[in-house]
Amino acid sequence: MRRPLPPRRRGPTVDSVYRVVLASAAAVVFVIVALIVVEVAHGSMPSIRALGFGFLIQTQWDPVADHYGALPYLYGTLVSSILALILAVPLGLGSAVFLAELAKGKVAATVSFVMELLAAIPSIVYGIWGFFVLAPFLRTVLEPWLIANFGYLPLFRGTPFGIGMLNAGIVLAIMIVPTIVSISREVLLAIPRSLREGSLALGATRAEAIGITLDAAKPGILGSIVLALGRALGETMAVTMVIGNTNRISASLLDPSATMASVIANEFTEATGALYLSALIQIALVLFAVTIVVNALARGLVWLTTGGRRDIAAAA
Amino acid sequence: MTPAAEAMTPPAWVDRTPRAVQLWRAALNKIVLGACILAAGLVVLPLVLIVGYLVANGLAGLNLAFFTHMPKPVGEPGGGMANAIVGTLLVVGVAAAMALPLGISAGVYLAEYGRGRFATLVRYTTDVLSGVPSIVVGVVAYGLVVVPMGRFSGFAGSVALTILMLPPIIRATEEMVRLVPQSYRQAALALGAPRWKTTQQIVLPAARAGIVTASMLAVARAAGETAPLLFTALGNRFWSLRMDQPIATLPVFIYDYAKAPYTDWNRQAWTGALVLVLLVTLISLALRLTVRRVRDR
Repeated sequence: MRRPLPPRRRGPTVDSVYRVVLASAAAVVFVIVALIVVEVAHGSMPSIRALGFGFLIQTQWDPVADHYGALPYLYGTLVSSILALILAVPLGLGSAVFLAELAKGKVAATVSFVMELLAAIPSIVYGIWGFFVLAPFLRTVLEPWLIANFGYLPLFRGTPFGIGMLNAGIVLAIMIVPTIVSISREVLLAIPRSLREGSLALGATRAEAIGITLDAAKPGILGSIVLALGRALGETMAVTMVIGNTNRISASLLDPSATMASVIANEFTEATGALYLSALIQIALVLFAVTIVVNALARGLVWLTTGGRRDIAAAA
Repeated sequence: MTPAAEAMTPPAWVDRTPRAVQLWRAALNKIVLGACILAAGLVVLPLVLIVGYLVANGLAGLNLAFFTHMPKPVGEPGGGMANAIVGTLLVVGVAAAMALPLGISAGVYLAEYGRGRFATLVRYTTDVLSGVPSIVVGVVAYGLVVVPMGRFSGFAGSVALTILMLPPIIRATEEMVRLVPQSYRQAALALGAPRWKTTQQIVLPAARAGIVTASMLAVARAAGETAPLLFTALGNRFWSLRMDQPIATLPVFIYDYAKAPYTDWNRQAWTGALVLVLLVTLISLALRLTVRRVRDR
């Protein structure tokens, strides 16, 4: 004989309360992102009202005259990040291929461990190294050599300061390489083995088989590069220490420059006027917007290749 | 044709690619593989250089006084960063106290209930949040805490670090909870445990070791952040444990000492950097070991 089911309990159960508590903790991330947007947008209102769009295309940054144009910082951020990518992408891709396709056991484990360590070093430490070790090397060895041999290019004209765009680009490259390596490696490992085995069976050399795999992994690798770009755009302390913080646009990589992040770090505590402070916050707004777009793009690309596997997204 | 000669000539279906092309392909193969190995070597090199210089320059000033003494005024040799070390522990501790419960709860939610659109949105927002530059987070904490309070404070620094810690904690927790075998949950539910009890008493203990390790890694990373503290915690040359006042932190101290035109301060910046790296890596290493021991028992 079937007994009737017990009557359903009304009202909240412990289970549903538990779930709601956890869900509200998860919802905090929305609150935080909203706070960031509101705070930064609100803080930059005075500057947006006073300076308008000219802010982004003007080059004078003159707190005394209370006139602010952010173009040199946009330029510095863009050029230092691109320089970093030019240096980091070939090395990072090569290492990723090495780790995913060639290295075995101990060697692979060691290189991966080194990557993890590189990613764990605080950026201020990179800054100190760039300032006290790399800068003297650039000033006395590399930059004079570049000037002597490639001085006919506008890129390598000027005085060897040691501090400047080139130094920032190199330090940034060192900092973003682990991002490119760890994600590209995961993406490469996610490509089906059959593709590799098929090309080898058809008589391809190992390099050619790697080429086939790389081709299949293209969106994911591109994603890792864009993610690294996002990191380079927002990197602050290391760049602030080695770029020279000079407000000018120069074609030469040897000249000191400044980035959006570095000008905020450098001038925020000293900003006395309301408009001065607001202009700096507006730079933060632009930086925030740019990194959001770049990161959204990168996540999309990585998700495309890996089918949204969380562990790979987490490697970022 | 003799049988021997027949065995010598290759059958018709064998590759007829000209010898030069074959040689070229073989050479290209070597070049590409060599380049990959070279790239890996070049990527490891900077780490060796950075750690090498860090140890070489930092070790000289590493003594007990560095941990127990206050900073000395310019010109007086010696002194330490006792206040900055304690300040960093305080600011990071308060931040962890705020970020850990929130982040772990959110991560558990995503792993145990996270199937719908809401969860996808939370995941995506977490990813977005992890991409926000730390200097921007500093600006936000300045507007949220420093402006209303009317002064720089250690608490403002903690708020900034909390925002930076959350995404990695959430993501790591979700990963770790997912690793718990489905059969654990099924067994608990089959025995009549409600879902919350299953999560709380079966799943979480099983995932504890992983959650602790991964979360502390996030905390240790945040401890090394400088940019968001520049205009929140600000810094302080004196002994202060008050979180509503400007407080000294190790990363900001290192920055100030590295920029200063005094070689003695620069030396101390190196030592500070060494201590910071040791702090960051030792915390995570020690945790990893203790967690492993607890788990093995």
